[in-house]
Formats: sequence, C-alpha cells, structure tokens
Amino acid sequence: MSRKVLLIEDEPNITEAIRFLLTREGWQVESHAEGTDAIQVIAAARPDLVILDVMLPGKSGMDILRDLRDHADLQALPVLMLTARGQSRDREMAERAGVSRFMTKPFSNAEVLTAVRDLHAQASRS
Amino acid sequence: MRDTLTGSRIRERRQIAGMRQAELARQVGISASYLNLIEHNRRRIGGKLLVDIATALSVEPSLLTQGVEATLIAALREAAADSVGQQAELDGLEEFAGRFPGWAGVLAQMHRRVVSLERTVETLSDRLTHDPHLAASMHEVLSTAAAIRSTAAILAEPGEIDAEWRNRFHRNLHQDAERLAESSKALVTFLDDSDERGDRRGVPLDAVEAFFAEHGFHFPDIETGMFPSLDALDPAAKSIAGDILKTCASDAQALPLQPLLSALGGDNQDPLGLAIEFSTDLARVLRRLAFLPEGALPHPAGLVICDASGSVLFYKPTLGFALPRYGEACPLWPVYTALNRPLVPIHKRVVQLGRSAAEFDCYAIASPLPAKDFGADPVYRSVMLVLPVGDGAQPPETATQAGTSCRVCPKRACPARREPSILSEGF
Repeated sequence: MSRKVLLIEDEPNITEAIRFLLTREGWQVESHAEGTDAIQVIAAARPDLVILDVMLPGKSGMDILRDLRDHADLQALPVLMLTARGQSRDREMAERAGVSRFMTKPFSNAEVLTAVRDLHAQASRS
Repeated sequence: MRDTLTGSRIRERRQIAGMRQAELARQVGISASYLNLIEHNRRRIGGKLLVDIATALSVEPSLLTQGVEATLIAALREAAADSVGQQAELDGLEEFAGRFPGWAGVLAQMHRRVVSLERTVETLSDRLTHDPHLAASMHEVLSTAAAIRSTAAILAEPGEIDAEWRNRFHRNLHQDAERLAESSKALVTFLDDSDERGDRRGVPLDAVEAFFAEHGFHFPDIETGMFPSLDALDPAAKSIAGDILKTCASDAQALPLQPLLSALGGDNQDPLGLAIEFSTDLARVLRRLAFLPEGALPHPAGLVICDASGSVLFYKPTLGFALPRYGEACPLWPVYTALNRPLVPIHKRVVQLGRSAAEFDCYAIASPLPAKDFGADPVYRSVMLVLPVGDGAQPPETATQAGTSCRVCPKRACPARREPSILSEGF
C-alpha cells in the first residue's frame, strides 16, 4: 500500500522540491498551503505523516499541532515541523506541543529524507 | 590545475548542439566508441582532432580545453563542507564544475549568500522575537534559502533527472534567486534605516576591520598624537575603532616610529628584544609591529587579538594566513595556546595546513587588562603577531601544524580535532 505524506507549506518551491524527493522515494505526496483549514484537510487526507511549516497564512503551525494532538483520531500522527525560527524557545514550544521532529530552514534534503524515514519506521513499529 | 575534463566539455557541448555521438564521430573521422572514451575523459585529446571537434561543434577550441577556475572549485568545496547531513561527491566536484560551470557558479554564489545570511541571522537572532518586522523578513529570506538549497541539491545530484522536472527546478531556482536578492535588499534597507536611528544591528567589527584595511593598517596622524576621522563609521563601529586607535596611539608613544625603524634596521628584530630595548611589554610590541607603514617589515605582518573565550576581537590578515572570523578556529594557533599560559611569551613556527602550506613565525602573549578593582578576576587578552616566512626557509622539526578549522583540515590524529574533516582523502 502506498505511503502518504501531507505537506502543509506555503512556500511553493519548497513544496515542489520536497514533493520530488519524496515521490522518488515511493511516497504519495499531497500538499496544502493554508493554515486555517489544515486540521480538516489532514482529517480528510488521512496521511501516514505530516510535514508542517510553522508560519502559515491564517493559522500558525504551532496551533495546528496543538489541535492535532487534541484530536482523538489524529493525535498519534507523526509530525515533522519545518521552521525558519530555530531558537531554543521555539524548539521547546514545539516539543511541548507534541512535535515528533523539529527542523530549521534552510534544511538539507538528506535531513528531510532521514527524518521522514525515521518517523515512518517508528510509527510502523508502534 | 591539471585539466582532465576536456572530454566532459565536449560531451556537454555536443548535447547542447543536439548532436548524436555517432554523428560527431563521423564528422571528425573517428569511431563512436573512441569518441565515447574521449567524452568520458579516458583518452587525452589535443592537436588536430581537438580543432576538428571544436569546428564541428562550432566553438573555439579553448572553450573545450579551458580549466575550471580554482576559485569556483574552492567555493564548491566550501559549500560541500557546510552542508549538513548531505555527503557531496567530492571526487566528482571538478567534473560537475566542468560540465555545468553556470550552475556550479549559481550554487557557489547561493552558498556564499546562505553563509552571509546565516551570519546575519546569528547576529540578529536575539532580536527576532522582539521585532515582528525583522522576524517576517528573516522568515522570507530563510524560506527562500531553504528552497534554493533543496532545489540546487537536487540539480547537483549525479545522474539525469526528467527534463520536465529539471526545467521546472531551473525556473524555480531563478525565481528564488530573484526573490532572495529582493528580500535581502529589503532587509538591508531595514537595517540601514535602523542604523540611522542609531540602533546597532549590523556586525561592527567587520566595519572596523574594513576601515583599518582602507588605511593600510597604518595611521600617520597617530604618530603625531592626532586621530583620524571616524565619521564614516556607525556608532558601534566608531566606538570599537576609537578604542583600538587609542591603544595604537599609546603603543606609538611607547615605541616611537623612527627609533623603532632604526632598531628594526639593525640587528634587533626580535619582538622580545625590542620590548627590552624600549622598556615596554611584549603585547605592545606585537601590536605596534602590525600597524607599521608598508615596507617597514620584510613582509606585511598579520595580527589577531582575542579574548579568553577565543572570540576574535581584531584580525589583520596577511598573505596565506587564514583564520575563521566567527568561531570554530583551530585551537593550535599560538594566540589560543597563549591563553593557557598567561604572561608567558610564546614564539612558534607554524605551518598552515592546506594547499599553500604557508609558514609563519608567530609571536603571542596573553596578558590581563588593567585591573579596575582590588581582587577582581583578571580579564585576559591574547595578541598574536603573524610574520610570513620567506620562500626557501626550512620549517624546523618543532614547527606546529595548524589548520583553519577542523572541517577543512586534513591533519590526521590531531588531539585538538572537534569533528571529522571532509578532506580525509587529503588535498
């Protein structure tokens, strides 16, 4: 069965690069660029993993993550968070909100791929 | 640089011309299999055949034989060193630069921009949460840098990618480069405006060193007790430069120019000997020698001043001598080892590892700043004078081998190594 990742990112060229990398790895990639209705999109898409930007139009990635962890059906979903804000307090805030992995921009492709593989492997084992 | 990439360039030019290998081979009177060997750099090529191929491809022969600039290779090597979690194929670096010089140039340029922007981020990070406009600008810059980095890395991968994807990535890269230029400009404008408000947001030490470099690291006015104008500098840089110039003036008073030049013209060129002759301390002599007029020493001297944390407070470069401006320097340089032995004068011959293997006579001493209170902890400054050693001199067996920083240092089994080198295969 195909593995599905949902990429919530408002920067189209980052979306395009990550879509290329993950599609090549056998992932089915869906994307969304808005924060406001992100939870509904995640619930409808039922992905195996979410890659979530922090600064999104409408609603921040941090708030989306909190909503996700409060959602009965989605709370166990692995979330890789991408952000340009790499300060320790942002990292701590994301960890408190339940992030699975936190990555700062500009990231390398290898970092993203390794994180996605690790998170998926962990989720498959549990 | 030895050129081994003529074949790669022939292949690239043939593909640009939309010509099949067999067609080109037939035109120049060789077999397709032989051309294939040439194109994969397995056969050397020159003379008439090279001219015939260049004619068939409608290019100048020099375009096929011209080597890739060493600076481009060095920039790509730095980009590889700075990549995190991405192992670049260093063996294929020259081939990549040779086959795609334009894209290699873009990658090198983008890397320089990313480095410059990361440095700015480091300087400004503590302000981000307090300044929403700055936070938004930085987010824009970093997101664009992330897109460029990711896209460029895909394009730099060996092997072909689908033409549609490749064209799309080329277009994205161009768009992002434009966007980065615009957002960087906007950020600079914002910071410039901040400077006008007297708010310190830039990197004042860079401005101070640029100011000293513009004056050739010598200020004739100082010799007569006058101070040069610092009006061109922003308030923070002006304050730092003012302090350094005050120290220079004090050094000049203790070691007047003419008597010092006379002493240097005689037998006494040893900094410690000069300190004794002028009844002053060694740190003062080291600084003074670095700020002498051009021609006073056989080679222009370099100077590094750092504090006990290892932070470089002032850096005067000299030919072949390289030290990272922001942290991660090699701790084997005497300016750092002097901090382990305060007040002990240190003289070491240092060979800087790298392509040039430049040699320097380094003199260093760490000494405390004047105490402000009884019983206060001393605050140390370490000063190192770097004198290039002329050609032909043999390094003594006791010469210290030092690098610039671990990541680009080939020294094996180094006790000071902090992280693996990307140059494990050597230069």
